[in-house]
Parts: sequence; structure tokens; C-alpha cells
Amino acid sequence: MKKYLLIIAAALVMISGCVKDDEFLSTDPKDLLTDDAVWRNPDLVLSVLADLYNRYPEQQTITNWAEFTNFDEAFPSESGQYWRSKQVDYPYDWWNIWDYGYIRDLNLFVQKCQAANELAADVRARFLAEARLLRAAIYFEEVKRMGGVPLVLEPMEYNFSGDPTYLRHARAKESDIYDFVISEMDTIKTVLPDDAGIKSRATKWLALAMQSRAALYAASIAKYGVNTPSVSLPGGEVGISADKATPYYQKALAAAQEIISSNKYSLYKKKAEDLEENFAALFYDKANNPEVIFAQDFKLKSGKTQEWTILNQPWSSAEEQQGGRMNPSLNLALLYEKLDNTYSPFATNNGNDYVYYNDPKDIFAGRDARLGGTIILPGTKFKGVPLDIWAGVMYWKDGKYNTITGDNFGDLDSIPVAGAPKSSQVVGTDGPIDGLQFSAQTGFFVRKFMDPAVGSGQIGTRSDVWWVRYRYAEVLLNAAEAAFELDQPGLSSTYMNQLRERAGFTTPLLDADISFDRIVHERRVELAFEGHELFDNKRWRLAHKVWNGENISADDVVSNIGKANKVNTMIYGLWGYKIFNPGNPNHNKWVYKVVRPSNVTAAHRFNLGNYYSRIGSDILSNNPKLVKNPNN
Amino acid sequence: MKKIFGYIILTLAAFSCKKDNYEAPSSTLSGHLTYQGVPVNVSSKDVSFELWEPGWGKSGAITVAVNQDGSYSALLFNGNYKLIIPPSQGPFRSITDAETKTDTTLLTINGNMDMDIEVMPYYMIRDAKLELSGTTAVSSSCRLEKIITDVNARDVETVFLYLNQTTFVDATNYIARSSLAGSDITDPANVHLSVNIPDVISGNGTTGDQDYVYARIGVKISGVEDLLFSEVQQINIK
Repeated sequence: MKKYLLIIAAALVMISGCVKDDEFLSTDPKDLLTDDAVWRNPDLVLSVLADLYNRYPEQQTITNWAEFTNFDEAFPSESGQYWRSKQVDYPYDWWNIWDYGYIRDLNLFVQKCQAANELAADVRARFLAEARLLRAAIYFEEVKRMGGVPLVLEPMEYNFSGDPTYLRHARAKESDIYDFVISEMDTIKTVLPDDAGIKSRATKWLALAMQSRAALYAASIAKYGVNTPSVSLPGGEVGISADKATPYYQKALAAAQEIISSNKYSLYKKKAEDLEENFAALFYDKANNPEVIFAQDFKLKSGKTQEWTILNQPWSSAEEQQGGRMNPSLNLALLYEKLDNTYSPFATNNGNDYVYYNDPKDIFAGRDARLGGTIILPGTKFKGVPLDIWAGVMYWKDGKYNTITGDNFGDLDSIPVAGAPKSSQVVGTDGPIDGLQFSAQTGFFVRKFMDPAVGSGQIGTRSDVWWVRYRYAEVLLNAAEAAFELDQPGLSSTYMNQLRERAGFTTPLLDADISFDRIVHERRVELAFEGHELFDNKRWRLAHKVWNGENISADDVVSNIGKANKVNTMIYGLWGYKIFNPGNPNHNKWVYKVVRPSNVTAAHRFNLGNYYSRIGSDILSNNPKLVKNPNN
Repeated sequence: MKKIFGYIILTLAAFSCKKDNYEAPSSTLSGHLTYQGVPVNVSSKDVSFELWEPGWGKSGAITVAVNQDGSYSALLFNGNYKLIIPPSQGPFRSITDAETKTDTTLLTINGNMDMDIEVMPYYMIRDAKLELSGTTAVSSSCRLEKIITDVNARDVETVFLYLNQTTFVDATNYIARSSLAGSDITDPANVHLSVNIPDVISGNGTTGDQDYVYARIGVKISGVEDLLFSEVQQINIK
């Protein structure tokens, strides 16, 4: 019996075990999807597109915190990153980008999508428009950093002839790339959905916002390029002629106004009872956010989360043994105006004596709400836990103030004065302690994009706060800048005052108050830590003046506030001290000092060669048609 | 037996490899950037020129940095090189080469070579005199000679007098400086500047009590990124 079973089994295996040889060699792969399979299924196409969205180019972002500390917005409070405030020059290839791999993938997507007849027409049109928007976005990023690049809109194929020279393309003019971005947006905006509730995929409004930004960049390069005549190339690969400024400004204004007049977006004002909290919530509140136009979204428990809050959480409320990396600079903090529309440094001294404050946060009172919304200040709370930011105790002895401090978070020591307690805290739980990583070495922590949810500071949970790439406030600022440059200060002030009203200002700016300095200032305070500063300073041709390599003193930092070309080469901090002087009315009050952290040793210098980054020598030698960027 | 085997292995190991490295480059090319034989002084790490050695697949430049006294040196393999000073480098213009009729100079390196590279500076700082004035200041005088006077001529934007604790003295390495705007210069043949010596000379790091500083004059030419300098001079305070 067993024998028969065996024979039958063997026979069955023989008969059915093998397939025809030609079929054997043409089995469909099980570990990857073919083009045929993908381009008939909208879900699969969407996952291809998701990968392309995921490769959206970025420089400073919440998933790359240290890049925020290259300039003057923040100090890097992590021992491995101090070099950023110790180096003078920015290497010419630092933020260069030559991502033709991504561009090829986008071109392939566009080509295949156009041929995908099995998808419903409206679905296909939307996919196609989204890919074209992403392609325009990478070209926009290329032109921001490199100037004109070869404009390749077809996936190139090598024919294995041994001669690849036909694949070489010369650089387009800088203005050509901007024109391409602008015209693409005109084409696709009618195809993309006009639903303002879509935040993480392209919409009509994103197309317009990107168009407005691109046209503004091109316009300001055309207008302010005269300040840096050597930053140009004879073929126009770098530099835009001045006569193009006005049409570009008009385009920027028109695109912004189309968004504004649609009334689909508005400034975030859900928490009007606390304007600082309102400004912070604008970035972490993802439910029906009326201001966000386009964001990189994250989701808890999905594998796509970010660690901005872990990296930057104050020590006092930290959920891990780390945090506090980004320390916003005093240079940035004192840009936030007083509510009477005047610039003023924080009052540290009154004649030869200090100014004494009852509460650590009193020195920041009466300011633009965006100060407390962008920066965690001493004397405030984060996640309901009071901050403990102060640098030491100043005790009165021998007719003068002496300072005692600790070298670890919240150190205890005995103040060497008769009658003082044997042991008391001599430095804040959050620092600042000079040279101690994760402490607030400038006296501040960052608040923008910080997640107030419990667990956001834990490595096991992380955060799902999104990274806002385009928002309505920037559209208003684009409109305000373009209107100003087009000699319409009345229109400009209307847009700008909307932002300022949200920030707590009660006196609107008059038309006569609008100036270039004002435009620059408003963008800096509104858009701090959103990745704009470098590229704004580049297009205004201010970068080589603002970061000119000259040392600045504490007096320089607190003077000339609000001037667009103010030198900002070194980061300063504002450190609070507790007064110990029993019997004196100032006992237990707070004073402040302007301090330069000891790890800030060099003054940043932005050379003319930094305006357009270096094209790598391997790229240049592969393609002799490419011309080098000027000055590098 | 085992011992002998061990020795054999050791001997084999010692002789098994022969040197297969390339010879290190051994020819030194050195000299100064000069104008009519006088070195052109520049800042300490901002000015460089490029050497290209064609014929080696992908091309890439050898960047040669110029020291602050205008000297340079590079250790090279023997061969044929092209020398080019990129137009954005230095407070000078490169001189068109008589042989190539371009800004490229052809070079053949065969053994050590001393070569001064002539350039066309916008200005030269002549007769620079730096001296202690009183006990707390350094004063300087110099004559600015305009070298390029044709259509490419440029104005002086600012003249600086820098002091530093080390011998590196330039726009990013100084502890004190004073400046004079180009428009305020009445007589280019007679430019005077004075700067106070800071109380603490060893401001950048600890070099102990120092009773001397280093000083030199820098000239910012409008539209030119790199400054032109005079020679570094030590000033004894006591």
C-alpha cells in the first residue's frame, strides 16, 4: 500500500512540479511591481507619488535641526555641533544641490502617467499635475542654490553607442528656470483640487503660493543684483536683468492676491485669549488649521514621526536625558518689537546699575506675541512645567556683586555670605551653563514646532507635529513685499498689519512706515526657524553684508535693531541672575546680562562665492558644457 | 620543528610584499605673487590659484593657497600643468599670458622650481610705516599707489589698520582695528591711521602676558572681495 502511495505521489510531483521552460523564465517577480501592474491601479500610483513627495528638497527643517544654527538665529547646544559657531567661512559646496536622480524619477513619472490610459481621466490628471508641481519645486530649489541649471524635462536614455555627449545639456538662464516654475504653476493650478483642507498634497493654492514665492525671488534678484555686480555670469546662468523686476513683482502680487481673495485661508486665531500660545499652536494644531497651505505630515505609530521635541525639549520638563539643542539667539529675540511699534533692546542696565525685575519674564513684557510664540522664555512654562533658566546667583559682598554658579543642571552650592543657607541652588535646572550641552546657552529654547503633547519628548513615542512649508502668513508677506516694491505702500501696509494685529499690535503701521527695512524685519520675525533666512538674505543680496566676517560686540548686538543690513556675525545670549542680598529691596530679584557663549569664537563670513554654490568638479568634468558659478 | 616552521613563516612574511606605493610627489613649486618683483600681501587664507594637470581622466584643480606675505608652495609630481588665477581671487587682476594669450599659463615641472607669478594689483601699499604712538596706540602711514588706471580701475572703499596678538593679521583675525573711508582720503600719498591697543592683548585664547602686537594695513577696494595688505609688522609695546 505504502509503495503505491509513494509511486502515485512521485508521479504527481513529476507531472505537476515542472512548468514549461519558457514560462519558467518569464515568471512575474514577486518582490517588485512592474510598470504594467502599477499604472492601472490608482493606489499603487499614489504610493509611487508618495515616494516622490518624500524626496521634496529641503535645507533647514525640523528633521535636520543643526542647519538652523549655521547663521544667527540659534546656537547649537550640542558638543558635536559647536564647530558651527566656530567657523568663519561657509564652504562653497555646503548647500549645493544637483539632484538629477530625483528629476529623472519625476520625468519618468510624468511620461508614464501621460501614457496610463487605464486610469480614470480625472485621477490621472491630478497625479500628473502633482508630479509636475514637485518637478517645478526641485527646479526652484536648484535655482535658489545653484542659479540656472540644465532644464531637462524628458527622462534621458543612454543608447550604449559609446558616445554619451548627446546627453550633455548646457545650463539654462537663471530667469528661464524661474519662468519655468511660474508657467508650470499657471498650467497646473486649474487641474489641482481647490480644497483648502488638503495639506500634505498639492492643491491649486499651493501652486499659487509657490508661484508667488518664485516670482518674488526672481524679482528681488533682478532688482537687488545691482548691489553685487560680480555675482553674475555673461550667459545669464546667474543674474537677472533689472528690467524684469517689475513684471516679476506683479506676478508675485497677483498670485498672492488670488489666494487672499479666494478667502479659503485665514490667519490662525483659535486661541485669541493667549496670543503667544496662539502663535505656537499655529504650528502644532493640525485640526482644521486655516493657515497651513502645504506641510510635510507625520503620524504617530506609523513609523513616520519626528524628534524635534526630543532634541529641543527644556531640561526641566524633559522626558529623556536630552533636549535643549537649539538655543535661539538674543540677536533674534530682540528683533521682536515693543507693542508701540518701536524697536528696543531688553533693558538690562539703568545707568551704572542693573535693572531689577521681580519675575524673570518681566524683562520680556509688552512685546510682539511672536517672541514668546517662537522662543521659550525664562519665567514661562512648557508642557505645564515652569522653566528654570538662570545663570547664577549674584551676591553682595565687599561693596560689589560677586557671582556664583554651578557646572551642572540645577547645581547646589553655598553662597559665601554670612547668614546664607548652607546649600542652595545656584544655577537653573535648564542652565544656562556655558559649554554644557543641552543647556540653554543663550538663555532661550526654541518653541516653534515644539509638541506640547505628553510623550512627544520620548524616544519611544516621538512627535507627529508637521513641518509647515507654505502658510498663509507668508503669502501675505509676499504680497506686502511685492506691493511695496511696486510703489503701493497702502496695499503693503494692509497685508502687513493683518499679521501684526494677530501678534498683538494695536496701532497699525501707516503707509509711510513701510520701508525695505520693515519688509525684511517682518519676514525675519514671522518666519524665523522656517528655513527662509538664508534664501531671503541671498535674494536681497544682503547676505555678504549681514555675515561679513567682522566681530561684533555686545553693544553692536543691541544697537541698530531693525536695520536690514545690520551685521549679525556672532550669536549672543541673555543670561539672568538671581540677586542674593538679604535686607536689600533687590533681594531675590532678577537681573540680566548680555553674554557671548564661549563656544561662539568666530564671526560668520558669507563670501560672494556663497551666493551660488559650487558645482562639483566631477559634474563639471562630465559635462564640459556647464559653466562654473562666479567667484568660486 | 615547529620553531623552524615559525621562522619560515616570519621570513616569508617579511619578504612577501614589495613596496607597491607610488612615489610621493617630490617637486616643490614655490614663489611669490608679485608686482614688478614686489610681493603682493594678502589675507591669510582667502587667496588661492589653481593648477590643472590635463590627461588624467576626470579633471579637477589642485588649489594652491597663498600665504599672507604673498608666498606659496606646492608639492607636485613632475609633469605639465596649467596655472590659472580665478578672476574672483585676490586684490588684483591676472596678467594675460604672452604664450597662450589667455589667463592660463603653461608650466612644466621637472624638479624643484622657484617661480614668481606676476599679477596686476589695483593698488600697492608703499612706504608703510607702523609704529607705537605714545604707549597705548599704534599709528600708521602709507602711500597708496594706484596701479590699474584704465577702465578697470577701482576706488578705495576703506583703509583699515589691524592689530592682532598673533602674526596672522587680517579682516577676520584681529583684536582691534580702525578704519578710514576711501572718500575721506584727501591725499592718497599720505594716509594716516591710528588704533588703540586693547587692554588685554591675549584676547583670543591664552598666550600669556604679551608685550608686543602685530599690525598691518589693509585696503578694501570697492567691488573686490579680497583685501590688499601691507607686510605684517611686530610692534613692541615696552
